[in-house]
Amino acid sequence: MQQLVTELLQGNRRAAARLISQIENDDPQKTDLLKEIYPHTGRAYVIGITGAPGSGKSSLVDCLLQQMRSDGLTVGVIAVDPTSPFSGGAILGDRIRMQDHALDPGVFIRSMGTRGSLGGLSRATGETIQVLDAYGKNLVLVETVGVGQSEIDIVKAADTTLVVLTPAGGDSVQTIKAGIMEIADIFVINKCDLPGSDRTAAEVNMMIDMKNGESWRPPVISTNAVSNIGIDQLWAALLEHRGYMEKSGRLLETRRQRVRRELTEQVEYLVKKRIWDRVKEKIEFNDMVEKIVQHQQDPYSTAHELLEKIKFYNGIVGEDG
Amino acid sequence: MNSRKIRVLVAKPGLDGHDRGAKVVARGLRDAGMEVIYTGLHQTPEQVAETALQEDVDVVGLSILSGAHMTLTPRIKKLLQKNGMNDVLLLVGGIVSEEDAAELLKSGCADQVFTPGEPLDKITGYIREAINGR
Ligand SMILES: Nc1nc2c(ncn2[C@@H]2O[C@H](COP(=O)(O)OP(=O)(O)OP(=O)(O)O)[C@@H](O)[C@H]2O)c(=O)[nH]1
Ligand SMILES: [Mg+2]
Repeated sequence: MQQLVTELLQGNRRAAARLISQIENDDPQKTDLLKEIYPHTGRAYVIGITGAPGSGKSSLVDCLLQQMRSDGLTVGVIAVDPTSPFSGGAILGDRIRMQDHALDPGVFIRSMGTRGSLGGLSRATGETIQVLDAYGKNLVLVETVGVGQSEIDIVKAADTTLVVLTPAGGDSVQTIKAGIMEIADIFVINKCDLPGSDRTAAEVNMMIDMKNGESWRPPVISTNAVSNIGIDQLWAALLEHRGYMEKSGRLLETRRQRVRRELTEQVEYLVKKRIWDRVKEKIEFNDMVEKIVQHQQDPYSTAHELLEKIKFYNGIVGEDG
Repeated sequence: MNSRKIRVLVAKPGLDGHDRGAKVVARGLRDAGMEVIYTGLHQTPEQVAETALQEDVDVVGLSILSGAHMTLTPRIKKLLQKNGMNDVLLLVGGIVSEEDAAELLKSGCADQVFTPGEPLDKITGYIREAINGR
């Protein structure tokens, strides 16, 4: 076994941190490391927290950490912030709200930038969850800004998803993106100290009653993450949802679907990679493009021709010659 | 595709309550394509070192305006070493006299010292060169 993985399984913090970096950087060794980590995963319960920028997600994580720790649970936190599309850099500021737990050996916090790679974010997040799981954390919290598809994808990695809403600034229920509504297992109306919070809660409740025909009805919990109000109820709701997931068999089903998705992705990734590696070696791809541009050929037959040339149809793509 | 990014912890240890400068630097580093972990005011040396470890940063930048740089910097350097982070780049920014700066560099506590008003390019350029030159 690789040294880093051995150290991770022994609970070494630095090993955990460095493995996560290798995953984020798409290190050539990554797949080998993940193979060794995988047998030690599957124990952590994963909670996703999403919501508009500034809605109080990090502050809620801080409050929840308090609860979880006093229940004797260890926690890993993955805090995702957007990468600037212009520079590729990012300011990762979620930790500011979690400083009370900075020195708690039962808490490990990692900040990540979205880094803008297509579908790459959800993969890196899923893999980081595996590291924290194997590292022995009982719970993993994933905080993401709920604005795009990639954030919704991340949430698919969660066993329970919290959607954080606020009463402020016309952030009314109508303006909330449909995709976000569908993924909520629990709604949090944070900043309940601000005016309009009761109305927002009532609107969300009404919307749930109109739509929800499932066996789990998402509860709507009002919180104030600055004054630690409503956190008991939120934690109780989380435990209740976890109980529901486990008893109803939904947890197993959710995880089965996740494995199905991950396996599909992995297979497609390998196939694509093999094809394009072969194309790079063998085929003058640019010549083909030119011929199509000049209307000497059509893209449909050219695609077949390309696959013919790399012997794709013989099933030996990526093999010898 | 190499997606290696330089990760920097911008930390404010000590008691002074001004983080405008630290925030300007953080934005500058972001605009230079780096990932900046920012942790807010009043960090203890222990918090700085532990955050550097968990975030696996390449660089720790300390912003110290309280005048306590001669005690805070060696303390943080020692804790980083204890964590096995010997090769993390440690930079100090703040109101530091020339003698103090020379002393910090000589003792190996800091890799570089920047005083207020120095252009951001100088800081980003220094970090890039130091990290990529490894
Ligand atoms: N009044 C009030 N302010 C709150 C509450 N919760 C958080 N805040 C404040 O809202 C601001 C944003 O809080 P964060 O916890 O950083 O929000 P976030 O959703 O993590 O923000 P991003 O990660 O930047 O999207 C901070 O100034 C908090 O102090 C609350 O319940 N009531
Ligand atoms: Mg946040």
